[in-house]
Amino acid sequence: MSRTGTPRGRRWLLQLGIVIIVVYCLAPFYWMVVSAFRRPNEQGENSWLPSTWSLENFEAVFGPDVGFGRSLLNSLVVAGTTTVLTLIVGTFAAYTLARLNFRFKNAAAGIIIATSMFPGISLIVPLLKLFTEIGWINTYQAMVLPSLSFALPLAVWTLATFFRQMPKELEEAAMVDGLTRGQAFRRVILPLAAPGMFTTAIITFIAAWNEFIIALSMVNDEKMQTATVAISRFTGITGFDSPFGTKMAAGVIVTVPLVIVVLIFQRRIIAGLTAGGVK
Amino acid sequence: MSAGARVRTVALLAVAAVALAGCGGDDGGDGGGGGGGGGAAPALEGRGPITFATGKDTSGNMQKLVDEWNADHPDEKVTITELPESADDQRNQMIQNAQVESDAYTVLNLDVIWTAEFAANRWIVELPQEEFELDQFLEPAVETGMYRDRMYAMPVYSDGGLLYYRQDLLEKAGVEPPETWADMLAACEAVQKLPEGKNMGCYSGQFDKYEGLTVNFSEAVQSAGGHVVDESGKPTVDSQEAKDGLNFLVDAHKNGQIPQAAITYKEEESRRAFQDGQLVFLRNWPYVYALAGATDGSSKVAGKFGVAPLPGKDGPGVSTLGGHNFAISSFAPNKATALDFIKFFASEEAQRSNLLATSQAPTRQALYEEQELVDQFPYLPTLLASIENAEPRPRVVRYGDVTAAIQEAAYGAITGETTTDDALATLQTELEELTAE
Amino acid sequence: MTAPTLPPAVGGNATSSPQRHGRLAAALLSPTFIVLALIILYPLISALRESMYRREDGLDESGFVVEGDRFVGIDNYTEMFTGDAAGRFWNAFFNTTFFTVVGVGIATVIGIAMALVMHHALRGRGFVRASILVPWAVPTAMSAILWQWIFQADGIANEILNTQILWTTEGFQAKLAVLIADTWKTAPFVGLLVLAGLQVIPNDVYEAAKVDGATGWRQFWRITLPLVRPALLVAVLFRVMDVLRIFDLPYVLIGSRKESVETLSMLAFEEANQVRYGPAAAYATVLFLYVAIIAYTFVKLLGADLIGEARVRSKETKRRKEAVPA
Repeated sequence: MSRTGTPRGRRWLLQLGIVIIVVYCLAPFYWMVVSAFRRPNEQGENSWLPSTWSLENFEAVFGPDVGFGRSLLNSLVVAGTTTVLTLIVGTFAAYTLARLNFRFKNAAAGIIIATSMFPGISLIVPLLKLFTEIGWINTYQAMVLPSLSFALPLAVWTLATFFRQMPKELEEAAMVDGLTRGQAFRRVILPLAAPGMFTTAIITFIAAWNEFIIALSMVNDEKMQTATVAISRFTGITGFDSPFGTKMAAGVIVTVPLVIVVLIFQRRIIAGLTAGGVK
Repeated sequence: MSAGARVRTVALLAVAAVALAGCGGDDGGDGGGGGGGGGAAPALEGRGPITFATGKDTSGNMQKLVDEWNADHPDEKVTITELPESADDQRNQMIQNAQVESDAYTVLNLDVIWTAEFAANRWIVELPQEEFELDQFLEPAVETGMYRDRMYAMPVYSDGGLLYYRQDLLEKAGVEPPETWADMLAACEAVQKLPEGKNMGCYSGQFDKYEGLTVNFSEAVQSAGGHVVDESGKPTVDSQEAKDGLNFLVDAHKNGQIPQAAITYKEEESRRAFQDGQLVFLRNWPYVYALAGATDGSSKVAGKFGVAPLPGKDGPGVSTLGGHNFAISSFAPNKATALDFIKFFASEEAQRSNLLATSQAPTRQALYEEQELVDQFPYLPTLLASIENAEPRPRVVRYGDVTAAIQEAAYGAITGETTTDDALATLQTELEELTAE
Repeated sequence: MTAPTLPPAVGGNATSSPQRHGRLAAALLSPTFIVLALIILYPLISALRESMYRREDGLDESGFVVEGDRFVGIDNYTEMFTGDAAGRFWNAFFNTTFFTVVGVGIATVIGIAMALVMHHALRGRGFVRASILVPWAVPTAMSAILWQWIFQADGIANEILNTQILWTTEGFQAKLAVLIADTWKTAPFVGLLVLAGLQVIPNDVYEAAKVDGATGWRQFWRITLPLVRPALLVAVLFRVMDVLRIFDLPYVLIGSRKESVETLSMLAFEEANQVRYGPAAAYATVLFLYVAIIAYTFVKLLGADLIGEARVRSKETKRRKEAVPA
């Protein structure tokens, strides 16, 4: 095993690891892409490349009566709002749990995590009743708020973990230097925790972006539906022929920009945040 | 929203939440609803805009029809509310909205098997039978919209099973399209002796554990002369006929005449197997006709297949009835408009345009006999025979439990987990419990 | 097993006075609690209440379902454990546990490997990171459909393996299919969180280790793993809670009511689907309790996270208080 310690063996192993990981992650996705480019009636093929390349599936996704562009926008609004709110609200809570001393801390942490333990499908009918009562059907908040319920606990717990890993001395030194707790947090902790915060943001955003059952139940106006809901409504002509290819095309459309945007943001945000840091 | 307003909203919500949680106990029953009781159907009142909840229709024809309606009825506009593709999800959405008595959906596009459940729960209202020309419609289809001799849903689309067969191979082997199971298996043997038929499977339907299995099981039982439930609604799956029917499927699967993979087949998997040339015979719905006949190279059997009525034990078989009916939600206003809209969709013109655009089977008998349409859809006479002869699936309130029990029994027997006798005996007991009232 | 030299979790060398920040804490926590109370509390209470009721399912003489709910106390629960469907419940209970233990185990190992490779990779880091995001970013419903396609009788999986396995039929292969699909989707989640954990480790810790001559595996076990432990534990904890409620994947990939893959969430869904909200709520509540017990045990046993730290902290506070009487 000591060989792995040598720079050369190690580099070789790393390259191999990279290849394995990339293949593992992308092979099924490749299948998704290839399926999207097949002709609808040739979905059953197992050839590595479509025997006839076709954009039919993509055209179907953006067909005029589907309103998929609008759905993408809705998804962006819902997932974006959820992420921003989760990060703001969650950061307060996480910092509190990580750094402050108070009674009932265990209980607070426990309750927060416990709320994410209830099976989501059992929340639907009561929530639908509640939102119908207060006229929230077909609104963004009817999708954002329930999404917060599963995003917040995860965000609070992960962020708290990252905050706790920050050397406490730095913050205390800053406070000795005359900064308030808030300032010390903003100037010292936040930049250091940037990778953790960013990861939390990605995870929250994707979780909210992929949310289906709540968005499906709380919205019946086509103009308000999110992308996952729109995809679930793709049908074949008769109801028996599920348009697998079109769904895969939509899946590709939903996934690829997401990954690209995350990568761009990743560079910018992390660079920006860590610029002021000590790292 | 100002900060103050937000605080107020939040406070209001909290109060609402507590209030709802508190009073939930008293309003278990739905106060409003479809005015049950005896007598003629209560009048459907109110005119104005309505919504139409349906699975999406990619042909765009539904939208076209709705646009036509809207042009003629500017004050009673219809908005299509699209539901998810999967039938289970559609039913769930409708039930959820009924649970909270939401008026989001006015006209509901219901699968034929949901009528009893929706009617008995008062989620949909009774329709005035005399206002539809019911004698113009296929009787078995009309039956699917009835619950306890009252009409709750108007059949708009129908469906029946067809036997697709490889005409080219049958001709080459010198056999006729089969009328009985025995003929079918014999025809297979003849075809499998041909060089091009060597590795082909004989027959398949849909045998994965889902609603399609209920359809195929019922067809087997009916085609052997039995019934899943008799005319008075009593289960009769312990009869000899039912055993013969199930045994046909079990043996054919065991002997490889139904391919092993068929227990993973839903409609689409079985269609692909057929159009890839892996099957001599396929039981499926009419929609396969156009796809298997596609001449763009995607189907290997284009121009090589024909359709026949389903085969049975001693003669032609009996299909299970599919299709969709339109109903009116109990919780939505403007029911008079909804009724007119349903009549519009059931009209001959609308049904003709639907058939042309989507090849979905109409419910009006006359359309099956129109020469122009038959030229375009040569399977129409066969389909008419199939539907006229078809039996509906059990019309019971707890249909979900009934179909689950049927699938459990049929799947167990076909995969060899249980014997036919045991499976049917258990099923009989369960169905008796479920249909006891 | 925690190395004592580590900076994070245990704030033993903290120099701050253990003053309490009750008010500040309350202010900072309140938004979280308000949101959670709004969205979870009401449904939770109503589900608990619901689980004590059963909908009337008899029909009146004209064929309508008798209206109203009947209070049945804990009948829905006793029915679940001892009634006709008890076998089904315990089977689902076993499947749920099996998926959780095996699935999370595999996802953790793969996730850590992913994180390590990404952290150390010099070339192609961006590309690896992009690829690792892909499975996580594909919407769950769609990944289930994708895998269903892959695992079809005539699908690509059988073609590559040169087998004729009927993945979606009853049997161990169905479990395997679910595990493979689930791991593919969720290992990146673990990977991302662990990677973030690695990134916030100050570099000097490694430098120090190198000076000490620790290499390879030793460095991994002695330094890396303990350092990412908090992040890893949170990732695993949430993964566990997630898989315990697994629903979409077996439901779409294999199908409903198949014994081999039926989970507790699926049972709750099936009951709700048959408009039996009482038993459905009872299943959901039992599942909730199961998740809570597992999560609590997990936190107790592996301790090194929030609650664990809080416990240490409060003990310490107590000690100091005793030492310095006010």
